[in-house]
Amino acid sequence: MQHGKHQSATAVVAKVPGGKHPGAKSPRVKLSTRQKFERAYRQYGFPVGFLALPVVVYAIFVVSPFIQSIYYSFTDWTGLSSDFKMVGFKNYDWLLHDDVFWKAVGHNVLLLLVVPLVTLGLGLFFAFMLNVGGRSKKNAAVSGVRGSSIYKVVYFFPQVLSIAIVALLFQFTYNPRNGALNAFLGGIGLDSLQQEWLADPKLALWCLMVVMVWCNVGFYVVLFSAGMSAIPKDFYEAALLDGANRITTFFKITLPLLWDTVQTGWIYMGILALDAFAVVQIMTVGPGGPADATQVLGYMVYTKTFRDGQAGRATAIGVAMLIVTLIFAVIVGRLGRRERLEY
Amino acid sequence: MGSTPDFGRRDLIKRSAALGLVAVPSISTLTACASGGDDDGNKVDKGEKSAKNPLAVNESAGLDVVIFDGGFGQKYAKDAEAEYAKAFPKTKGKIKHSATQKIQTVLQPRFNGGTPPDLIDNSGAEQMDFGTLVAKNQLTDLTPLLDAPSVDDPNKKVRDTLRPGVVEMGQFDGKPVWILYYAYTVYGVWYSKTNLEKLDAEYPETWDDMLKLCEKAKKKGIAGWTYPGKFPYYMPFSLYPFIAKIGGPDTLIAIDNLEPNAWKHPAVKAAFEAYYELYKKGYILKGSAGLTHIESQTAWNQGKALFIPNGSWVENEAKKTTPDDFQMSVGAPSSLDSGDKMPFGTIWASGGEPFIVPKSAKNPEGGMELLRIMLGEKSTKNFVKQVSSLTSLNGGTDGLSLPPGLASAQAALEKAGKNVVNPRLQDWYVALQKQQIGVGALGEMMAGRMTPAEAIKKIQKFADDTAKDDAVKKYKHA
Repeated sequence: MQHGKHQSATAVVAKVPGGKHPGAKSPRVKLSTRQKFERAYRQYGFPVGFLALPVVVYAIFVVSPFIQSIYYSFTDWTGLSSDFKMVGFKNYDWLLHDDVFWKAVGHNVLLLLVVPLVTLGLGLFFAFMLNVGGRSKKNAAVSGVRGSSIYKVVYFFPQVLSIAIVALLFQFTYNPRNGALNAFLGGIGLDSLQQEWLADPKLALWCLMVVMVWCNVGFYVVLFSAGMSAIPKDFYEAALLDGANRITTFFKITLPLLWDTVQTGWIYMGILALDAFAVVQIMTVGPGGPADATQVLGYMVYTKTFRDGQAGRATAIGVAMLIVTLIFAVIVGRLGRRERLEY
Repeated sequence: MGSTPDFGRRDLIKRSAALGLVAVPSISTLTACASGGDDDGNKVDKGEKSAKNPLAVNESAGLDVVIFDGGFGQKYAKDAEAEYAKAFPKTKGKIKHSATQKIQTVLQPRFNGGTPPDLIDNSGAEQMDFGTLVAKNQLTDLTPLLDAPSVDDPNKKVRDTLRPGVVEMGQFDGKPVWILYYAYTVYGVWYSKTNLEKLDAEYPETWDDMLKLCEKAKKKGIAGWTYPGKFPYYMPFSLYPFIAKIGGPDTLIAIDNLEPNAWKHPAVKAAFEAYYELYKKGYILKGSAGLTHIESQTAWNQGKALFIPNGSWVENEAKKTTPDDFQMSVGAPSSLDSGDKMPFGTIWASGGEPFIVPKSAKNPEGGMELLRIMLGEKSTKNFVKQVSSLTSLNGGTDGLSLPPGLASAQAALEKAGKNVVNPRLQDWYVALQKQQIGVGALGEMMAGRMTPAEAIKKIQKFADDTAKDDAVKKYKHA
């Protein structure tokens, strides 16, 4: 997916130097303004014509709101009227001293660490099993476990459901009175393990993580499967001849050759973990509880703006989210830098 | 009412898109309109004042109404709009009606853009903050409506036809009345007479009897109480009047006024400890802490628990799950002991469904006129019949056969007489009441994770923090 985009982008860029040729023929002749313009147009017109509109749209809908909201985070704007004034760093001062904000940051960071790790880990494991994890058959050195094509489809099911539906279904599952989870535990005689799930501050956030992992893992199984099928089978054959087991082939062959795809997945999952708004809003006690145990920055922005009429503070939280995101992007960029393998 | 969540897919996509990584830009697409004007230049001309048209409504101008589509639905408003069109035939087809549960997300941008509707039912879990609306001068003073003659009796002003306390609730500081609460809600301990009869019991007037009854029920495998643990701010519906009953009405007033140590009053402690005992003795339905309001009401309808703290909208909201012979009824808080400052019967009742007319509405007279029609006897009876709730019109129920819950609410009001309390935390300080006191402390205490002493300490700190926060507008009881 990401690969395709890359290639087409480079293809467009590659054409640009080619366009230079006709104009580069006669550098000594003095040109009129009109001719200069025409030459410039011939040189750059094509790419500029294509880029202008997206850049304008991007500037209006992405860049300018970013700048505006940084501005609004220095005001006492309520979100209900256009009457507001500058208050300097007051919103940020409030932010730094607000317990709930720090709780939310902590939860977001925890989500950021756990959700991508578990999702991608499971995704890799399943994809590996589906593609090269099976017993060797007569004609092929490597193959997936039996029925792998069916599993691929089944794993993808959650991806088709809207997050709203998934969250509601899981809310029913977690219901402590007649939810499926407690019923199941009771049914197999493990009554002692029955919990109040979302109503227990120690478990609530983990319950949300399960949902986030559950609905995303299928997508990565498919993504990684596609990546794995591009790895030449000879590598595996060679490794197997040398006596490598499955675990070794996974870590020495599959993972290194799949690293680019994993990194892309990491960024997507990170974005998702920084959000978590929908699951919090639909599933949790309060929402955001019990006792702020599931507060996340996204939900705080929402309550501060719409419930409390403190849009100035909300935009300050938004800016804090931006900073967390940037830090995340930098870290991922650093960690992900690895030698690229050609094959 | 309450917080009936509805999760439309589109809404969620919109929201999760708006609040994910892009929280920053989306906040500002709203703010982009913030610089738009609040100009009043686009108002419709006033009509001619007459006996039939005391508010001088423009007889041919359109009207734009937004109704909260919650426990009461929206049909009652549509019916009133039909009456409006009958009174002003030229407006037929020009009345724009819409209903939503997402009042904030739908209307906030319209306020910012200076094009709000003419009448709004600003209710539900997503109501816009009144303090901010008032402080930012976004509302029309409804005094002309209150001073206009009522639809039924030209010799009586609208203000004189309302139930006690309704006008005051709409005032913030000083004379102007910014809000008209249309429904009238009775809060308390809700129960089924039938289910109590099965245990040979009546509603317990003292807390000792309450505990005895719960014990009796427990032996039969029935829980004493349940509550919507997902929204623990339902607990105050019976807890706050209980506090007032024990310590006198001033206890609640001090709490509302955010006075220092208001929560340290012995009455608060006594009430909290009484409720905590319900948990400790195992009288609370197992798993209540994880239930929504609908789930807990359903369990209560099924007879799995005897009592639930709730408001009078529950009869309509739980209609589908209520057995025919349920005999829904509301009880005032039981007496803790003979030292209680207020008599048994003391109850919390107040206006619900707050209607507002925005300042920059195009046709504010039209908005007020629709309210005047709604406060007439015809519309009131229609409302009572449709949604089984009282309205702010004092009376209006004569000749109607009321459903059991509503009849008991009416009876409870009569029994209470003057002993009606009206705690305001839930409309003055929403974050404090819901997120902090409700979810942060009461929910924890009822689930047994916090002792009453810890809960009180935490709540006092929350209240002090709110009092210190200058971004929150403060109110005082008059």
